[in-house]
Amino acid sequence: MIDKMINLTIDGEPLQVPAGTTLLKAAEKLGINIPRLCYHPNLSIEGACRVCVTQVKGFNHFLTACSQEVWEGMEVQTNSPEIRQARRDIVELLLDNHPRDCQTCERDGNCELQKQAYRLGVRERIFNGARKRIPVDDSGQSVIRTPEKCILCGRCVRVCSQVQGVSNLSQHGRGFHTVVGPANLANMDDSVCIQCGQCVAVCPTAAFLEKDHTERVWEALAMPRDIKHVVVQVAPAIRATLGEAFGLPMGTPVTGKLVTALRRMGFDEVFDTNFSADLTIIEEATEFLSRVQKGENLPLLTSCSPGWVNFLEKFYPEMIKHTSTCKSPMQMMSTLIKTYYAEKKGLDPKDIYVVAIMPCVAKKFEASRPEQAMDDGIPYTDAVLTTRELAWMIKSYGIDFVNLANGEFDRPMGISSGAADIFGTTGGVMEAALRTAVVKLTGEELGPLVFEETRGVTGLKEATLRVNGMDINIAVSNGLTNAKHLLEAVKKGEKQYHLIEIMACPGGCIMGGGQPYPPLDHDPLAPETARIRAKALYDIDAGKQLRRSHENPAIEHLYAEFLGEPNGEKAHKLLHTHYEARMPRGIR
Amino acid sequence: MSHAVANTDNWEAVKAACLEFLPEHIIRYIEQNAKTTHSESQLIAILHMVQSHFGYLGKDQMHSVAQLAQIPFAKVTGVATFYHYFRLQPRGKHIINVCLGTACYVKGADKLAARLMDQLGIQFGETTKDKLFSLESTRCLGTCGLAPVIMVDDQIYGPVSPAEASLILEKYLKKNKGHKTAEASKG
Amino acid sequence: MSNPVTEFYKALTEKVEQSLAARGEADKIVIQVGSATCENAAGAVDVMDEFLKHIQSSGREDIVIHRTGCTGRCSKEPIVGVAVPGKMPVKYERVNRDVVHRIFTNHVQKGLPQAEQILDGSIDPDQQIEFLFCEGKRCGVGAKLNFREVFQRKLQEAGVAADKVRITSASCFGACQGRSGAHAHVLVRPFRALYRVTSESDLEELIQKQVLKGEEVPALKVTDKPIYQEFFDLYGDVSFFNRQSRVAMRNSGILDPDSLDEYIKFDGFKALATSLSKHDPDWVINEVLKARLRGRGGGGFLTGKKWQMASQQAEKTRYIICNGDEGDPGAFMDRGMLESDPFSILEGMMIGAFAIGACKGFYYIRAEYPLAIKRVQNAIEKCREVGILGDNVMGSGWSFDLEIRLGAGAFVCGEETALIRSIEGKRGQPKVRPPYPVVRGLWGKPTSINNVETFANIAPIINYGGDWFASIGTEASGGTKVFALAGKVKHTGLVEVPLGTSLRKVVFDIGGGVQDDLPLKAVQTGGPAGGFLPAKWIDMEVDFDPLAKAGSIMGSGGMIVLSEEDCMVDISKFYLTFTQEESCGKCTPCREGTTRMLEILEKITSGKGEMNDLDRLERLAKLCQQTSLCGLGRAAPNPILSSLKHFREEYVEHIVDKSCKAKKCVALIKYEIDAETCIGCTVCARNCPVECITGTRKEAHVIDQNRCVKCGQCFEVCRFDAIERV
Repeated sequence: MIDKMINLTIDGEPLQVPAGTTLLKAAEKLGINIPRLCYHPNLSIEGACRVCVTQVKGFNHFLTACSQEVWEGMEVQTNSPEIRQARRDIVELLLDNHPRDCQTCERDGNCELQKQAYRLGVRERIFNGARKRIPVDDSGQSVIRTPEKCILCGRCVRVCSQVQGVSNLSQHGRGFHTVVGPANLANMDDSVCIQCGQCVAVCPTAAFLEKDHTERVWEALAMPRDIKHVVVQVAPAIRATLGEAFGLPMGTPVTGKLVTALRRMGFDEVFDTNFSADLTIIEEATEFLSRVQKGENLPLLTSCSPGWVNFLEKFYPEMIKHTSTCKSPMQMMSTLIKTYYAEKKGLDPKDIYVVAIMPCVAKKFEASRPEQAMDDGIPYTDAVLTTRELAWMIKSYGIDFVNLANGEFDRPMGISSGAADIFGTTGGVMEAALRTAVVKLTGEELGPLVFEETRGVTGLKEATLRVNGMDINIAVSNGLTNAKHLLEAVKKGEKQYHLIEIMACPGGCIMGGGQPYPPLDHDPLAPETARIRAKALYDIDAGKQLRRSHENPAIEHLYAEFLGEPNGEKAHKLLHTHYEARMPRGIR
Repeated sequence: MSHAVANTDNWEAVKAACLEFLPEHIIRYIEQNAKTTHSESQLIAILHMVQSHFGYLGKDQMHSVAQLAQIPFAKVTGVATFYHYFRLQPRGKHIINVCLGTACYVKGADKLAARLMDQLGIQFGETTKDKLFSLESTRCLGTCGLAPVIMVDDQIYGPVSPAEASLILEKYLKKNKGHKTAEASKG
Repeated sequence: MSNPVTEFYKALTEKVEQSLAARGEADKIVIQVGSATCENAAGAVDVMDEFLKHIQSSGREDIVIHRTGCTGRCSKEPIVGVAVPGKMPVKYERVNRDVVHRIFTNHVQKGLPQAEQILDGSIDPDQQIEFLFCEGKRCGVGAKLNFREVFQRKLQEAGVAADKVRITSASCFGACQGRSGAHAHVLVRPFRALYRVTSESDLEELIQKQVLKGEEVPALKVTDKPIYQEFFDLYGDVSFFNRQSRVAMRNSGILDPDSLDEYIKFDGFKALATSLSKHDPDWVINEVLKARLRGRGGGGFLTGKKWQMASQQAEKTRYIICNGDEGDPGAFMDRGMLESDPFSILEGMMIGAFAIGACKGFYYIRAEYPLAIKRVQNAIEKCREVGILGDNVMGSGWSFDLEIRLGAGAFVCGEETALIRSIEGKRGQPKVRPPYPVVRGLWGKPTSINNVETFANIAPIINYGGDWFASIGTEASGGTKVFALAGKVKHTGLVEVPLGTSLRKVVFDIGGGVQDDLPLKAVQTGGPAGGFLPAKWIDMEVDFDPLAKAGSIMGSGGMIVLSEEDCMVDISKFYLTFTQEESCGKCTPCREGTTRMLEILEKITSGKGEMNDLDRLERLAKLCQQTSLCGLGRAAPNPILSSLKHFREEYVEHIVDKSCKAKKCVALIKYEIDAETCIGCTVCARNCPVECITGTRKEAHVIDQNRCVKCGQCFEVCRFDAIERV
């Protein structure tokens, strides 16, 4: 079916677009990015901020480009003096109800409100008046709320409800006194928040931020080596995205520079979370095969996404029995550092400080879970830095990142297969698992490497693989609303799934709550961004010799020297965990 | 979105807990309603029932409504705080509403309000210490021919001068002479 | 060919006739007591109770008492009507228990009306016959004589004492069916006889037969019953009423709002039966289009067009909604109609539902209108009982049912998309339009939202024809409009007049003019979204487009009369305070802009304004108008922009001179004691809440201006007019 084409004029330029196109998209075809704040392509269109107003012939009032569909013969002005003044005034009104602390704000230089104010020419305050006064909510382990900085764009409410299916946030009150927050404006800690940090990712200002861990890491780095041995591990997703924070094109792999930068900062050992990703595959594949043999507790649900685990415990506790008991790669690594590595180096675990660089905000919460600690209560992971926090630390130090020479991860926990690299994208864990599981099931030496069915950034993928005469039904979901659909299907029991990968963040870890903010006019959840970042990881994988987790010699050595059997007693004690239903219980 | 079947793992425990906070007739209403299409649209009617019963919307009551009606808690409180008819704090025994609609305003409702605030010692939205009176302002009650108007509970008085309003208050105070002692003896 | 709908309706009307006849009231004395929120607040419940006691203790069986709705004559409530067979019906005002006693013992028992308590002092009890001459624009067109004047002269010639016959000129009775002619229509009370006269000899016949012998003149009688007749029969002697044209409010004050029987007696559900029996929704839509009925909630969109658009959508599930959220402060016509004539709204809504193909409808009523809710609920239940609602309505094969949904104190929910959100159980925040509700509304389905008054007009349009409705009114807008007249006017209440009536007629002829006979300053229409019409425009036509051109809007019909005692800056601030509080908070310009504008107005009215504040005010006003998401934000600056246009000097006086001529802005007025007039009674000093008045007994007192908080207490209590507001 061919779309009907519409002819219109924007700023005097004629243009033809399919019927149903909005003015915002139509203008983009002419290379005009109409300024906007509340608009987001993955979320419902609200037309709330009014920044994208345009002047349309025949109307006395201005129409918002994000919501207005074109009609035949439409004549639009996007930059007339009246529009310029209106946009300027609207943004100033937002500033007038906003703290005046740009210079000490976490998003100074990186804030959409600030950028729009500059771009739209707010050079003086004409309207000044009373400002809202609302206390900061510092209670959460992962996400902090500063409602005074909120411009009520509603992106957080929409992402939490529409994409994540959690609906923890809502506007409360009315008019000038509207505040966005959890039910009853309780603390995030007392709410159903699952700490996924998507609110942080989409927030145009500093109203939502991750909990800062940089302070404690600076402190740890400053201590002498013999008092504190600071070890860092780096998640797969970081190497594909850190470069963006330094102006490199999106999708540039920066693994080598990343390692060098970390060493320069003073970390005593730089390990690769990829290593424990491989380890996770071994443990999980073993767990999976055992369940397939016994025919119980299928499907197996992955468990490396802490946002998803929170969601599991608060919303779907009855699915706990399906969830893999494997710790996440980050936690496996931290545990090994304070046991295996400590033993090898002859260090007291108390003297080791473990820092994890993660694209994820929920990992800060995961690190603080009581069961993720040693017997004396000291957590395995001491600090979690988001990609953004690390970028800031590197800049703060003064390191010229883009010109660094490439470095190599330390051994042995720096050797990894390509299967580990792709953990960072949706479908990656599944593909990595299949590379090992299929081999184990068929008994063949070399199994398939690439599983096309798992690739692609859409929210929900299902496939059936024929392995050894058996149908294996797999599913991959990202974004928790999609997970809900899947879990409901599992509960209905109409189809027997075997292996399901669930990632909390839409697009997987590369689109996590801790990733660099996209440039102005680029949408924070754009599928294109996910695709480009994912490609970087797939390319790294393709460029490696070692591509299957179970072929990683360092892993084999680890089992031989220290762990024993996969899923054996020691492996279970160190590398597995448990979950339990938590309150407040979410409403589905 | 209707749910004929319980939609959470601990439904029985949820229902039992809700009995503690909501009266039976409201729980029954929510359950019956849950079977209809667009059941979540009855939220405002449910909140009206709760407020009718308790005089205000308590946090535990709202949470129970959220659980029973299977509406995310944040959405329930978001709705409750949007509509000014809903009160989230318990109020006094008698609610005094001063109409600030145009007709009343033009006939001096602001002076009326000032006199009442003075006499009671509270502002709009507040309750006297002895929990006898709450003072509110309301938008037009639709009795403009009697401007200026005050409403005490369901009784409309109009037109009232500031002096007449004081007398009306006195009447209620007299009627509630025992109120203070009752409160005091409750400790 | 039998039509199940017509059969149904016939059976229903017969049944009603029988049950009403069984009441046997034709020869009885009928007492009517008003019953609505305003009536009850004024004491109507006590009045009813007192009458019942009296009737019971009298032991008489020839006295009946009924409730009616509210006529809209608010400042004189409770209103009671006493109709003795053969005598002129009498209306009493401000009735209380004592007055009831007097009315009962004197008028009801002894036939002596209580002249001093009569509504607006209208009737001379000796005048037992009244001739109401229609002064509508269609009567007497091209006639060679002025019928009323000639009649008066002939009466004199016939030797009839002038004080025995009342002659009144009234607004159009509707007897003309919309056709102009060289005729006059005359309604004779209490005989309920309606005549059409075309010549002097006709007038003579009337005098000979009707006046002198008490006999009707069949040849001159108008046989169709026009829509206004019932109302004029009962209330025609009161000039507040006989200058109105009651279409939407035709039954208000006539029937018992809870009685389905009475509604049917007055042609109730005839229109619905007509529409359903034709099985042709397009016919209905066409009538309404012909009528040029425009939305009475303020939008002014052609109702027929809205219904047409809804009926043409591909989606087959459709809804109809009655907007009963009436939130404009100062507007109470919807409440009046819902409480006084709930069945008519229901009928109009059902006709609309049939026209657009809806099978479910919703009333959205403010929670602050409990009596309206109760009466609508009763109406719905009664209709279900007899098969007017539910499956197979009236045997037509079409099924329809209604539900009430409550508002909860949010003015913004009067806006269509916000109303829809509210019914969906969400925060009442408007949605971007397009898509419009007729395309995608409630739960994504085509929805028509119409105002209460709009629905009240539908049955008359069907019964009397769209052309008839269009002929009342103007070229652009058919029919009448109900205004809620309030403010500094002598007669406050609900006034229904044809669109196009002059402002002067409404305010002066019907409203009685400005209170205390002060000069008129301005009339404000349209509530918080409207503007000011300065006194010099008193002769303008009241209609949608002229009002818009004048910088105001029709709105829902609020009309506030302002005198020199009103400060325009203060009124603008009042309206903006309301709008700012009611802003939903979704869009930036309204949420932030109304707050900033209010801050500026506070500044100005507290004496701290600067001239550039006016520039900032205008800039913000323009921003709200052009960029807000919904009508509330776009119209919020209207009072300000309008008052700046017509009364800019007041703003300047507040800023530059720090003076408020109307003496309303507290910070800008001073209270001073006139030393010569003050006798030193000390009452003011004793009443001062901050004790800032000094002076000994018998000595002139002085107010310490530094401590005075300008509460005005001293001014109120001084019995000697010794305190001035400066």
